[in-house]
Formats: sequence, C-alpha cells, structure tokens
Amino acid sequence: MSNIDPILLLSAIIVVATPILLAAIGELVVERAGVLNLGVEGMMITGAVCGFIVATLTGSPWLGFAGAALGGALLSMIFGILTQLFLSNQVATGLALTLFGLGLSALLGQGYIGVKGPSVPDVYLPILRDIPVLGPILFRHDIIVYLALAIVLGVWVFLERSRAGRVLRAVGENHDAAHALGYKVVRVRLMAIAFGGACAGLGGAYLSLVRVPQWTEGMTAGAGWIALAIVVFASWRPGRLVLGAWLFGGATALQLALQAAGGVQIPIEYLQMAPYLATILVLVILRAGRAPGSLGRSFHASS
Amino acid sequence: MTFKTVLLGATAAAAFATGAMAQDDKTKVGFIYVGPVGDLGWSYQHDQGRQAIEAEYGDQVETVFVESVPEGPDAERVLTQMALQGAELIFATSFGFMESVMNTAQKFPEVKFEHATGYQRADNVSTYSARFYEGRAVQGLIAGEMTESNVIGYIGSYPIPEVIRGINAAYIQAKKVNPEVEFRVVWAYTWFDPAKEAEAAKALIDAGADVILQHTDSTAPQAAAQEAGDVITFGQASDMLDYAPKPRVSSIIDNWNQYYVDRVGAVIDGSWQSEDTWDGIDSGMVEIGEITDAVPEDVKQAALELKDKISAGEVHPFTGPINKQDGSAWLAEGETADDGTLLGMNFYVEGIKGDIPQ
Repeated sequence: MSNIDPILLLSAIIVVATPILLAAIGELVVERAGVLNLGVEGMMITGAVCGFIVATLTGSPWLGFAGAALGGALLSMIFGILTQLFLSNQVATGLALTLFGLGLSALLGQGYIGVKGPSVPDVYLPILRDIPVLGPILFRHDIIVYLALAIVLGVWVFLERSRAGRVLRAVGENHDAAHALGYKVVRVRLMAIAFGGACAGLGGAYLSLVRVPQWTEGMTAGAGWIALAIVVFASWRPGRLVLGAWLFGGATALQLALQAAGGVQIPIEYLQMAPYLATILVLVILRAGRAPGSLGRSFHASS
Repeated sequence: MTFKTVLLGATAAAAFATGAMAQDDKTKVGFIYVGPVGDLGWSYQHDQGRQAIEAEYGDQVETVFVESVPEGPDAERVLTQMALQGAELIFATSFGFMESVMNTAQKFPEVKFEHATGYQRADNVSTYSARFYEGRAVQGLIAGEMTESNVIGYIGSYPIPEVIRGINAAYIQAKKVNPEVEFRVVWAYTWFDPAKEAEAAKALIDAGADVILQHTDSTAPQAAAQEAGDVITFGQASDMLDYAPKPRVSSIIDNWNQYYVDRVGAVIDGSWQSEDTWDGIDSGMVEIGEITDAVPEDVKQAALELKDKISAGEVHPFTGPINKQDGSAWLAEGETADDGTLLGMNFYVEGIKGDIPQ
C-alpha cells in the first residue's frame, strides 16, 4: 500500500473516468428527452476511429476530436431517423447501432492499425499547476478532461435553468402533453440524439487519441455499456453522473495501482469486481430516481 | 464484445452459406480467434498462419475465420456452426476455448480440432503450443540488464500455467544478471483490451517500473511506455516493430505458419492424428525479434548467446537449483524441469512477491 502515490492515483482517476463521463452525459440528455439509445458503444467506437483518422490525416488532434463528434453525431442520426421518423423499436435499433458501429469502425480503421497519431499536449496552466497536491491532481490534464466537465456543467444549467431544457424534459416526461402544447417532439428528440452521438464520439476519441493512444479494433471494450449503466444509476442527474464516473474510474485505477504496488493481500478477483460493485452500491444507496415518463416510447403525432 | 461477435457470427454464417455452394472437394479449414485479427499481436499471428495455408495450398483449401470470439458458451456456438458448415479442421486459438472444443469435438467425431495452448485431448482433438518461456528467458536477461530502477513490471492476462511460466522464466534470468531486481505483476484479466492494458502499463510505470513485459495482445502498453519516456518494452506474440527501436527493444514472435501448413497437409493426405506439439526456438515456432540498438552491444550478445544455447538444447530456462516461492525445493542443482510440471505450473519461483490469484 505504501508504494501507491495518492496524487498520481487521483490524477489517474480523473483521466480514466473521462471517456465514460463524456459518453454518459450525452446519453443522459438523450434519455431525458425520452429516447433510449443503446447504441452508445457503437457511437463511441465510431468516434474513436473517426477521430483517429482525422487526427492522423490533418496532424491536429483538435480537428480529430471535431471529426469524432461529427462522426458520432452522424451515426446517431441513423438511429434518430429510424426511431423518430419510421418509429422503429428503440431497443432493437440501438442494439443494431452498436453492432453496426463496431463493424463500420473496423472497416474504416483498416489502414490505421498500428499507425501512431499526433499527441495531445496537456494544458499548461501556470501558477495553478504548481499548487502542491491539488496542482498535479487537477491542473495537469489535457483540455478534453476540462471540456468533459464543462459539458456536464453546461448540461446541468441547460436542463435545470433554461427554457429549452424544460421543453426537452417535458418532451421526455410526457410527449403527448408536450405535443399538445405545441412543442416539436420529434425535432427536440433528434437534436438530443445528435448531441448524445457527438458526446459518445468525443468519449471514443479520448480513448484513441489520449488514453491508449492508437487505433485498435474493438478498443472501447464495453465502455459504452458502462456509460449506459451509469446514467441509470445516476438517476438521470448530471451531478451524480460525475460521481458515478469518478467512482468507476477510481476503483479501476485503484485496483491496478494496488496490484502494481505489489504485496497486496486482497484477492485480485475482488479488486476486479470493485469498480462495478462500488459504483452500483453507492448510486443505489443514493436512492434511484424515477426514469423520464416517456423513456423508450415511440411518438407519432397521430396517436 | 458479445454483440460484435453476434455480428461476426452472422457474417461468418453468411460466408459459410455462400461457401457451401462452392465446390465440395476443397478442404475447409476454420479458425476462431479470441481477439480481432487487427490486434497486431496474438490473433494477428494466427491469421498469418491461416494466410500461409492459403498461400501453400491455393485452390485445394478454403479457410474461414471468426474473430473476437469470447471464451465461453459463445465459442461453442461458433465452433458448432463451423462444424455444421463443413469445416474438416478447426483451429481454436486460445486457452479458454478448451471446454468448448472438447464439447464440440464430442458432437462431431468426424471433424478434427486443433486447440492452442490447452492440455485436454481426444481422438479428434490435438493440442499445440509454443515454448514461449524460452523467449521469456531471453527477455528476462535483457530486462535485468537494462533496468535502472530494478523494478520490472509484468502485465499478466489470466493466471494460467502458460502465463505463470513466462513470469518465472523471465524472473529467473533477470535475477541471474541483476540480483536486485524485483517483479511487479498486474493481472489484467483480459487478452485484449487496449484501454485496460494501457492503464495497467501506466500503473506499473507510476509504481517505478522502467521495463514492461506484457502477456496481453495489444500494442497499447508499448504506446504507454513510449509516452512515459525512459521505459522499455518487448513485443508480444507479434514483432510490434512499429515501436522499435525504443520502447520496443526486442520481441517474442509466434510463428505458427509451418505448423499450420503441416497439419492441413496431414488432413489433405489423410495422415492426421491427435497429437500434442510443443515446439520452441529450435523449430522456429518461437522467434526472437530483432534486438535494437537501444540495448548495449554486450547485453545484446549475451541475449543472443542465451537464445542460441536454448535453441541448441544446451541451456534449459528452468535449470536448478530453483526453489518455489515458499522456499521449498523444486529443482536440485543441474536438474531441469519436466514438461508435465511446466504445463501445470501454478506457483511462482522463489523471490517473486505477491500471490497468484487462485
């Protein structure tokens, strides 16, 4: 235990949590609009490959992240059009989107396996980065870490404080009532779905451009499903979402650090379970909230 | 992962369906891989073997493969599907496919199976593996010489004999050239998960390791080491030459090509029998990738000498005196380990800290 540097560990937690946090905050908005998109994994991996391709071609990781967001959003529009305009089943379509995204990304990434992408520099924050303890933990990360937190804050303000956010929630709670009030249910939902796709794409690109950083098939390895679970356990609230993502990231980083430190007496199987158990436990104890009323239901103006 | 497999399974089924309409006199050979062929590691090398079969026999054979098959019930489904679609020989290329192979083999006595790194056989199930530990010994020597911090990180996949053998073989050589050396093992519980492997590598580097050995299949630990700077790594299963000359200073390459070509040839001429093959550096199944200039010349020569001696049979990586972790005697002075013990190895040798997860 004494071999673990708590500062390095806390700093690692924030990094590990970022891709999940990004994907989860996007899905949170989608679900608050009453749409259940199970295609997060597919959108993430598509974002990962799109981001990597754009970054390698242009040499700019920032364009890469933009490409990833665009790629994720475009893919989500397939889901959006199928479920919102053609009223296909959301669960089945979302699962299909994951399958499609995994296949598509493998195809797109054919020529990029083993290629090295451009590196993403850490943001240089003078003064702040030199604060003892807090500096290395909070202020020596790349910009996407801060962007992710800014998005979460933005979503919270949007949902709780803005008129548009209330409309979105109304659409998610009761689409018939929202429609009767004159709100464009389908348009709101399509925008939410595109936002969710863009965020998932960013999360995927964070893996392929920062954390790993390279492209390999299937590299998201289930992160999208964890993001989906965290949305539910966070009771569809942005604040708890951050908590959930950090808990998961924390337990993941801690179990690796414990193993690397050597001489741990806890059986490794328990350490392996810890991220999932800790996240579920804490969020369940916080009392699960109620799902948006129209979650997963198809809407048509005629019904 | 599961869903990707469903998709791949479906594509594979479609491929079989169209394949079934093709000529029937071709020998159909199936492969299931635990990771994607694009992993540039373990599964990639097996796929190289598959391509070698096609190059060798051309129109006489037809090969099919399904990648990213999870170890578990899914594997049995994929194997059954392959057998039903007329595959005559199926290579299952991961340890965890063992039960699935045994079950499927029982249902299809006419189909021949080849299971990599397993230990259960039947009349229609052969096992084959490579003596990776011979390569690990060479890596251990380089690692022990190169480390400055005397902390060597090891990313293990699953605590199975093959992986434990590699850890022990590397440790014994590293300790021989550097008595101060210490091994830190992280069990990733995955063969292929780039994010997790990168995280494991970073955790080890944070804990002071300046040499990383990996027994997982992606190049992510190489990338993590490169980013960290003064850390060296070794290619696993495949050459991983993209990361040379540093961090990747050498590698173990699994070369299945000749074995696969031979076994398919045996099926074609009817001489196939259930066998157990375990070849090492001498047969070419285990290759040591080029040692780069990042390694000092004298260390490089010592490593090559060890490799040659292992190949010639003059040196066995497990030669006594060696004690087990708990201090009890295992091998006496000059005694070498027998294959049975090596195949079932479930203990660390003396000096390695930590417990093997049971």
